[in-house]
Amino acid sequence: MKDNPFSLWVYLSQSPLLWLTVTLLVYAATDAVSLATRRHPLANPVLHAMWIIGAFLLLTGTSYTSYFAGAQFVHFLLGPATVALAVPLYENRKRVVTSIVPMLVALLAGSITAVVSVVLLAELAGLPREVVLSLAPKSVTAGVAMGIAESLHADPSLAAVAVILTGIMGAIIVTPLMNRTGVSDYRARGFAAGLAAHGIGTARAFQVDEIAGVFSGIAMSLNALVTSFLVPLAVTLLVR
Amino acid sequence: MLASLGLILLCQLIGEVVVRGLGLPLPGPVLGLLLLLMLLLARDRFALLMRGPLRDDGVETASKGLLAHLSLLFVPAGVGVVQKLDLLASHGIAIILVLALSVVVTLLATVLTFRLVSRLLKQRDAR
Repeated sequence: MKDNPFSLWVYLSQSPLLWLTVTLLVYAATDAVSLATRRHPLANPVLHAMWIIGAFLLLTGTSYTSYFAGAQFVHFLLGPATVALAVPLYENRKRVVTSIVPMLVALLAGSITAVVSVVLLAELAGLPREVVLSLAPKSVTAGVAMGIAESLHADPSLAAVAVILTGIMGAIIVTPLMNRTGVSDYRARGFAAGLAAHGIGTARAFQVDEIAGVFSGIAMSLNALVTSFLVPLAVTLLVR
Repeated sequence: MLASLGLILLCQLIGEVVVRGLGLPLPGPVLGLLLLLMLLLARDRFALLMRGPLRDDGVETASKGLLAHLSLLFVPAGVGVVQKLDLLASHGIAIILVLALSVVVTLLATVLTFRLVSRLLKQRDAR
């Protein structure tokens, strides 16, 4: 114990180990709370893990860059998890094939609504042009949205934040909203969740119903495709 | 387990290579998804493919394990909100309202279109 405790902290806060551990443990705790409340929408584990870890970083004066050096190992798995969606899709292929027409029409309606509504509302709210551009791809998964934002010379990290906020709000609101519309078809409900709220909506859909999860995963993948084409077009047409 | 994870990564890798190579405007993992799906379908047709991770639900079990923790994977990007606190302080309420309204409208447009088309199709089938 020759060193003072501060130098131990400096060492730990710079090593990936600490922040990887914090990410897993905080999430394990918020997920346990979510389970204990029988998956209540407001107990969304991503939302609560986010502010707890964020507050911890601010209190300890840790930069997001050093945090991400550890957390990137978790972040990396987003790609393989997208590939893994092939399995539920494969296992439910008969049901998916019979729903192909409603899926494609809903995809078109939903992806156009997602982009056009956010651009128009953001303009109406008088947000600066750069913010409007970063919000436009908010309904697709983080990696894709950051790519779209980059190609528009907008802010990719703001795009990522908009994506996560959208996903969390979608996951919180989807079940009560759908119960209110009286739509009991879990194919349609799941499809809407994945289209509007990407992976966080899909994670939520899998919690509610397996078929909803499958259709949500399909919507998320297809919407990533369509939105990549749609955002540049919508931006030239709608943004001042 | 390891071979199954390896197969998933390989699908993603091929997806990334094709997307970058051809300059396609879609994400590599989405192409990887299509590739894994085709592999699973091909396995049912050709017994030759039924080995390694494609045998005994190997890749299925690994994939379900990954998907069981899908929410966790968004936490690192979400914590990025700490970098945007100044922007959120000046425009936060407007941004949150805009995103919330848009997500509600999108959910409704999608679910109602799906239901409408699916109902129209059933009516046609019934006739």
